[in-house]
Amino acid sequence: MAKVTIDGKTIEVADGTTILQAARMIGPDVAPPTMCYYSKLKTSGGYCRTCLVEVSKGSEKDPRPMPKLVASCRTTVMDGMEVKNNDSEKVTEARKGVVEFLLLNHPLDCPVCDQAGECHLQDLSYEHGSAKTRTDFERRTFEKIDIGPYVQLHMNRCILCYRCVKVANQITDGRVHGVINRGDHSEISTYVEEAIDNDFSGNVIDVCPVGALTDKTFRFKSRVWFTKPVDAHRNCDKCSGKVVLWYKGEDVLRVTGRKDQWGEVEEFICNTCRFETKKTSDWTIEGPRKLDNHSVISANHYEFLKKPKELTINTVKPLAIEGGNN
Amino acid sequence: MGKKLLLANDHVPGIQSYEVYRKHGGYASVEKAIKTMKPEEVVEEVKKSGLRGRGGAGFPTGMKWSFLAKPEGVARYLVCNADESEPGTFKDRYLMSRIPHILIEGMITSSFALGANTSYIYIRGEYYYVAQILEKAIAEAYANGWLGKNILGSDYSLDLYVQVGGGAYICGEETALLESLEGKRGNPRIKPPFPAIAGLYGCPTVVNNVETIAAVVPIVNDGGDAYAAIGIGKSSGTKLISASGHINKPGVYEIEMGITVEDFIYSDEYCGGILNGKKLKAVVAGGSSVPVLPADLIITTANGEKRLMSYESLADGGFATGTMLGSGGFIVMDETTNIVENLHTFARFYHHESCGQCSPCREGTGWMEKILHKILDGHGTLEDVDLLWEIQRKIEGNTICPLGDAAAWPVASAIRHFRHEFEEFVKNPNGIKKVKHYESTQNLVTA
Ligand SMILES: Cc1cc2nc3c(=O)[nH]c(=O)nc-3n(C[C@H](O)[C@H](O)[C@H](O)COP(=O)(O)O)c2cc1C
Ligand code: SF4
Ligand code: SF4
Ligand code: FES
Repeated sequence: MAKVTIDGKTIEVADGTTILQAARMIGPDVAPPTMCYYSKLKTSGGYCRTCLVEVSKGSEKDPRPMPKLVASCRTTVMDGMEVKNNDSEKVTEARKGVVEFLLLNHPLDCPVCDQAGECHLQDLSYEHGSAKTRTDFERRTFEKIDIGPYVQLHMNRCILCYRCVKVANQITDGRVHGVINRGDHSEISTYVEEAIDNDFSGNVIDVCPVGALTDKTFRFKSRVWFTKPVDAHRNCDKCSGKVVLWYKGEDVLRVTGRKDQWGEVEEFICNTCRFETKKTSDWTIEGPRKLDNHSVISANHYEFLKKPKELTINTVKPLAIEGGNN
Repeated sequence: MGKKLLLANDHVPGIQSYEVYRKHGGYASVEKAIKTMKPEEVVEEVKKSGLRGRGGAGFPTGMKWSFLAKPEGVARYLVCNADESEPGTFKDRYLMSRIPHILIEGMITSSFALGANTSYIYIRGEYYYVAQILEKAIAEAYANGWLGKNILGSDYSLDLYVQVGGGAYICGEETALLESLEGKRGNPRIKPPFPAIAGLYGCPTVVNNVETIAAVVPIVNDGGDAYAAIGIGKSSGTKLISASGHINKPGVYEIEMGITVEDFIYSDEYCGGILNGKKLKAVVAGGSSVPVLPADLIITTANGEKRLMSYESLADGGFATGTMLGSGGFIVMDETTNIVENLHTFARFYHHESCGQCSPCREGTGWMEKILHKILDGHGTLEDVDLLWEIQRKIEGNTICPLGDAAAWPVASAIRHFRHEFEEFVKNPNGIKKVKHYESTQNLVTA
């Protein structure tokens, strides 16, 4: 076990726990924002740098502070470690920088983006960014690509978090999806547009923190905040069948996985449930979905909204960090 | 004449071939190591020698070797980093193409020390002809019993392969190199784990620069103490310097660590002074990534001491008034050089070479290049200079691999030491446009 203190709050966690996991266990007040880490995807994290924290004391044994800010999602705790997240000016500065970098080439087309309202980049910019942009250069642009019949890739909005790549590698068969080119020309690609053709390919939509991968069956149907989320399940031979149905009036406009307070799905769902089962009669309704994540969509539309502060300690058991990149 | 250890036989006709190399004492270190030493003893000599990695970071090689994990029944690898892509650095190419066998010999001796039975030389795609030279040398080494099964009748066996990369600067970063060697996209890995624990194919791996591995040959032949006696303080031995720019004698020089920078630039033994008798303006002492220093600070430190060609002396004063030995890519600029333009060239390079994994480097490198282009185009403002400073600060230290730092440092140092030039550009764009150099940039930018 290791004792770690984050922004003055101490918790004891199992060895091998990352700073981020420990912070999430303490609660959302001290948990750094994440754009690429996803506890259900192995080797995720490390890319976006929004979760950088300052380690002001390395450990009981070696109390020296770490010379650089570290990615909390990829750094394991040591006994006696002291971490500053919100309490560190350096972190606030660096994070502001990261937001600026992430927005540098982002089209800021929220008014026409289906993700708006539940977009992690919106939330991040709102909380950690600055109101003004300092660039007037042309932004990089790509053509939209249809990845199979259900998913559209809008590369302009991508922040290269690699989550969809890891979904493709880890929960679908065969590697069909990756990153081509380099630097700010990098692009998510299937090499062959039609190539993602798989029972679980729709999950790339749920893991995408921005509107780069969107559900074509939901395209432009409604702003998300005008739809009502309802927990439902069905007997499915491919997945757990536990989903959220998003209603407008009597119609199910879209089906997604159930996301926890960190915006991560509890379980991955199959394409049949997601794209092909959109009648109320297909489902057993459980009741309204509580939206825990602190976001535009939860701002004032649902009376059962809990403020993050009241949330209890999170009990997710994230995957252990493993070596390698894929 | 300074002592030469790696290039001592550079002048010998035919030294590229096995016979001539062998006749001049080649492969003695392999014989000595395999026949008379235990692997740990070789590591011990390397530790004693004080040899530091010649790839750029200057990490003590003996220490790196002793960190190598040695779990039972798991393969260990030695990988030679011949990706040499740092602008201003071309020493490894010179060494490999002139005396390929010294690298092969170093690889065998070092692999023996580390207990590696399979080793690789990862070379950049643009050095294809060098790879062919190495392939030939390896074939000769196999034919003469230096590689393969039971070398010199011992129970030590080694296979050595050359792998040609696609040609990407980032594949010189050791973990990106390993990814590439495994056949994947050359993205740096997130560390830990470090290669010494989980490197190539997840096995313990040492990655060393070409020059580092070649230096093991004289270290084993003459002993670590003899090597440590050369040079100055913790900068022991000799170093290959790739000298380029406005000098009379550009080329690769083997220097004894500790000669003065002034001597290196002006003596006839080395650079032979500034081209056309012009005045020295600035030097990038260790490859494009290290901070540029103006003439006065490169010749003497801020304390007024003569600056030496050594890790410590070049770093004296930190980044405020010092720089780094880096990979030994020594770029000299005379008084006609336009620092903003030079910086733009570097910035363009880092933008082009960023792998794009982490946001500060992916976005920041492109942004800095665009701002520099704007300033060169005569549309810059004073705020742009401040913005450049801010951007580099937000990249430095916040990225997965050191390429981010490498992109930030040249920008920081150019502004730190030559801010007036940026301001001149901004305030008087038309005056600057008349400078002949500007035309050349224009062509580059639109090409
Ligand atoms: C972007 C980048 C490029 C690099 N390129 C090279 C290279 O071309 N050759 C090299 O030897 N080391 C290069 N390095 C350093 C290697 O990561 C590594 O430190 C080195 O190969 C270790 O060898 P050494 O200890 O013998 O210096 C590079 C590092 C970075 C971050
Ligand atoms: S498409 Fe979405 S999930 Fe995939 S890398 Fe881009 S932002 Fe991440
Ligand atoms: S610092 Fe640059 S090159 Fe290195 S991993 Fe990040 S994006 Fe890639
Ligand atoms: S969440 Fe840790 S780096 Fe992206």
